[in-house]
Amino acid sequence: MADAVAGRDRCGEQRLVSLPLSRIRVIMKSSPEVSSINQEALVLTAKATELFVQYLATYSYRHGNGKERKALTYSDLSHTAEESETFQFLADILPKKILASKYLKMLKEKREEDEEENDTDDGSPGDEAES
Amino acid sequence: MAERPEDLNLPNAVITRIIKEALPDGVNISKEARSAISRAASVFVLYATSCANNFAMKGKRKTLNASDVLSAMEEMEFQRFVTPLKEALEAYRREQKGKKEASEQKKKDKDKKTDSEEQDKSREEDNDEDEERLDEEEQNEEEELDN
Repeated sequence: MADAVAGRDRCGEQRLVSLPLSRIRVIMKSSPEVSSINQEALVLTAKATELFVQYLATYSYRHGNGKERKALTYSDLSHTAEESETFQFLADILPKKILASKYLKMLKEKREEDEEENDTDDGSPGDEAES
Repeated sequence: MAERPEDLNLPNAVITRIIKEALPDGVNISKEARSAISRAASVFVLYATSCANNFAMKGKRKTLNASDVLSAMEEMEFQRFVTPLKEALEAYRREQKGKKEASEQKKKDKDKKTDSEEQDKSREEDNDEDEERLDEEEQNEEEELDN
C-alpha cells in the first residue's frame, strides 16, 4: 500500500505522504502536553491521517444512504460518528443536524427534567442543613 | 505554534484529493461533507497525538517517536492502520537512507550545484528542528517555574 502511494507522484519526486508535514506538526504542537516530536512520528501521524480520511470517507459512503445517488453527504458522516464505536470521538464535531424547532423542544424538555432533578436533589439535604 | 485558528486546518485541496481517490469514480462529495472530513482529520491528529504522548510519558520520554504513534493507533482501535503505517515507515527509512547516501556520493563527486542545493535543504530542516527545540525548552522552563 505504501509503495502504491509512493509511486503515485505528482511532480516527479516520490511522495510518501501528501498532507503537509509542517501543518501536521503545528496541529500536534497545539496540544499543550506535547513537548517534542521526532520526524518519524510526524511522518507516521501524517500518513495515519491520510488513512483516516480514506477510511472515514469509504466507511461513511458504504454505511450511508447516499449510495443510490452516488453522493457522500454530511448526514452520512454524522451518522458514522453516531453509529460506529471507532468514530465515536467525532460525535462532538459532527453533530446530527436537527430542525431548530425540534432543538428548542428538546431544550425545553431538558430544562424541565433538570428542574425536576433539582427539586428532588434540593429536597432532603436542604432540610437537614436547615434543621 | 498555531497563531490563527485556520492554522489547525488541513489544506482542502489535498483532503478532497484523498477522499476522491478513496471513493469510487463519479461520487459527488458535498462541500459540507468535505469540510466535515477535514475537521475530523484535524481532530484525529490531536487525538492521536494525545494518545501517543501518553505512551511517551509512560516510557518517560519527552519526544514522541514512531512506536508511540503505532501504539496510539491500536489504542484508538485503528489497528487496521498499523500494517500500512509500518510499511510507510520502512519506505520512509529507506528514503532517508537513500538521501543520505546520495548526498554523500554527491559530496565525493564535488558536484557543486546539486550538492549545495541538497545541503541547503537539509540545513533548513535542521534549523527548523533546532528552533523548535529551543522553543520547547523555553516552554518547559516556563512550565517548570509555574509548577
